[in-house]
Amino acid sequence: MLYTEAGQFSTTYRADRRVFRLRQDRIALGTLLAFAVAVVPLIGNDYWFSAILIPFLVLSLAGLGLNLLTGYAGQLSLGSAAFMAAGAFAAYNFNLRIEGLPLLVSFGLGGLVAALLSIVFGLPSLRIKGFYLIVSTLAAQFLIPWVLVKFGWFSNFNASGVITAPPLEIAGYDLSSPGGRYLLTLAVVIALAWLASNIVRSELGRNWMAVRDMDTAAAVIGISLPKAKLLAFGISGFYLGIAGSLWAFTYLGTVEPHGFDLARSFQVLFIIIIGGMGSILGNFLGAAFIVLFPLLLSNLAALLPVGLIDAGQLENIQKMVFGALIIAFLIREPDGLARLWQQFRARARRWPLRY
Amino acid sequence: MSNRNIFRKSLLAALVFGGVSSGAHAAGEQYFPLQSYRIGPYAAGGTGFFGGFIDYLQYVNANGGVNGVKLTWSECETEYVVEKGVECYERLKKGLNGAPAAATNPLSVGIAYATLDRSTADKLPLITINHGRTDSTDGSVFPYAFPLQLNPYSEVSAIVNYIGQQVGGLDKLSGRKIVTLYHGSPYGKETSEVLQKLADKYKFELTLLEVPHPGNEQQSQWLNIRKIKPDYVILRGWGVMNPVALKTAQKVGFPVDRIIGNIWSNSEEDAAPAGAAAKGFVSITTHPSGTAFPVLQGIRKDVVDAGKGNLADPKRFGTVYYNLGVVNGILNVEAVRIAQAKFGNKPLSGEQVRWGFENLRLDDKRLKELGALGLVQPLRLSCADHEGGGAVRFQQWDGQQWKLISEWVQADRGFLRPIIEASAQKYAKEKGISPRDCAKES
Repeated sequence: MLYTEAGQFSTTYRADRRVFRLRQDRIALGTLLAFAVAVVPLIGNDYWFSAILIPFLVLSLAGLGLNLLTGYAGQLSLGSAAFMAAGAFAAYNFNLRIEGLPLLVSFGLGGLVAALLSIVFGLPSLRIKGFYLIVSTLAAQFLIPWVLVKFGWFSNFNASGVITAPPLEIAGYDLSSPGGRYLLTLAVVIALAWLASNIVRSELGRNWMAVRDMDTAAAVIGISLPKAKLLAFGISGFYLGIAGSLWAFTYLGTVEPHGFDLARSFQVLFIIIIGGMGSILGNFLGAAFIVLFPLLLSNLAALLPVGLIDAGQLENIQKMVFGALIIAFLIREPDGLARLWQQFRARARRWPLRY
Repeated sequence: MSNRNIFRKSLLAALVFGGVSSGAHAAGEQYFPLQSYRIGPYAAGGTGFFGGFIDYLQYVNANGGVNGVKLTWSECETEYVVEKGVECYERLKKGLNGAPAAATNPLSVGIAYATLDRSTADKLPLITINHGRTDSTDGSVFPYAFPLQLNPYSEVSAIVNYIGQQVGGLDKLSGRKIVTLYHGSPYGKETSEVLQKLADKYKFELTLLEVPHPGNEQQSQWLNIRKIKPDYVILRGWGVMNPVALKTAQKVGFPVDRIIGNIWSNSEEDAAPAGAAAKGFVSITTHPSGTAFPVLQGIRKDVVDAGKGNLADPKRFGTVYYNLGVVNGILNVEAVRIAQAKFGNKPLSGEQVRWGFENLRLDDKRLKELGALGLVQPLRLSCADHEGGGAVRFQQWDGQQWKLISEWVQADRGFLRPIIEASAQKYAKEKGISPRDCAKES
């Protein structure tokens, strides 16, 4: 009853085309954003910022990047982590070697480098499809970290080959505290999520979906496949590159190329599978699931009396529970958490009537 | 922050009520956050190290704590994964039930890197015993990081010095051939540059060969070694790479006693799986294995025999990883003890314990009192020097266990220091840190 569209009429085409047509949706989103921007920094503590919220936001952004490519344009990729690494190392080098370059500009340049690399590794997509394409992106996954380790220049000849965050300062404000790093991450993620939600509704986004659903048909109606596919790779690479910079600089502070290994690519892929392909919201739900559930289980396990279960066993049990949860969710809803949320909304609109 | 206020209030309340009631808890407790790893690929190292660490803390508690302050700890599983380690760090750093955290000991290069900035911001010492970032030895730039006993540069320098001894003097190294077989990771590469500098200094021929992670296939590298015919091979391995290296060396006919394992190629878990191929393998260690030391006897009596031992497999008592945990426990507890002498016999903040680490002095007399003479090397830390020791002993695998074959061999720290300082300065410049003036530290 609270969530009903009765009485809300679109009187202009513009109003009819908006993303959130329901007033309740707009209010809810506004409240959520206001809460995240204004209230969370006041009530959060170091643990919430550094261990939960920042990784959640960064992984959501990485998921978003892959979702544009896989969920919207239908191109499979296992190179997400490599493009994150490229973005992080490029941003680090731009910041280091160009005196006085603003932080956000280095992030952006890092994203562009990742985008270019992503386009290069996306070139085979013009000829091959589906699982075969994975092989090409897998090559990126092995080549890029190898190059970063092999050539010391990328890490400014650091003996261990790691890069360290530059001072996090924007327009004179020091953002190196946990709260500041959270706000920086949040601002970047909100801006890019807004951009993505507009891209997927633009002509380009519709072209992507046409290519995803049937590329021959898309080509027949005059969509340029190379342009659509390569733009998907480029934009996805840009998002992943920025996510990599955030992962390195606002979350961990110091990273090694090994931190962006195949396991990270799989993690990003699982986020979009669990969250929902072809959905913006799904990335956030998927990332929340992947980040928060293990932590919840682990914190619950910490409440058990010490010595009741062997510490190593307890960890393995958590993994099993988490695995079982994933299976249960995917059996219940193979299209991901975003779809569950959609169904819930559809029911809520008719409540208390039966669906 | 509001949490700190609550903490202060509860501490105050605890003091008031504690004083009124009995005083049993009035002394309070000192907390050790343990980012341990008991599952995953490196569980062998984690269970041994944290088992030894916890058992030593229990041993101290069984003997009255540190000047009456009991030690407490809790574990958080990292699986050696960086993000999990960071999460554990954030979860545990605040202390436990009002007991303040003394120091973190992640025993993982990746986690140590990721918590380096945080440790400085939170004023909590980060202990990376026998590993870590080499330039964090320079305490003027890294006030909260302590690569205790041995940093990676000292490690290779000591190995080169030992090889010099074997061939009859460092001047005889000229023209010899040394191959370094390293793990293809930042850890493995860390010493490549300094090895090259040592090669230039002593004019030996150095060949660096990389083994891609995880290192279970090394045929081509060892065929290469057979072609080069080096005098010595330095094995800079990790995990499964070590036994595979030993087995492959045997296959190509390279004498195993000319292979020198580094600090992460030196445990029972590295040698035993290679079976007969490992017999004669030499490696460095900062601490001998074995159970003869009085402190280990004490742990056996007060902890293990009381049924409280942390090891799931009691046979691992006294092995390399376990003893490293005990050594780490001794160093942590001694730092707390030294800090207590300055700040009072009560639970201390991380900042105060940091002072204790920086003023850590362990001479033979003190080591004897601790029952750890020969187990721990004499250490002397300062503001400028967060390593303190830089000596290793060499041991040889006899097929069953490690046998010591040398006295302490010292690294050429005077030669390494300028390299370390240059690297630390570069880091300070990148990060915009202005180094402390160590002359002004007390």
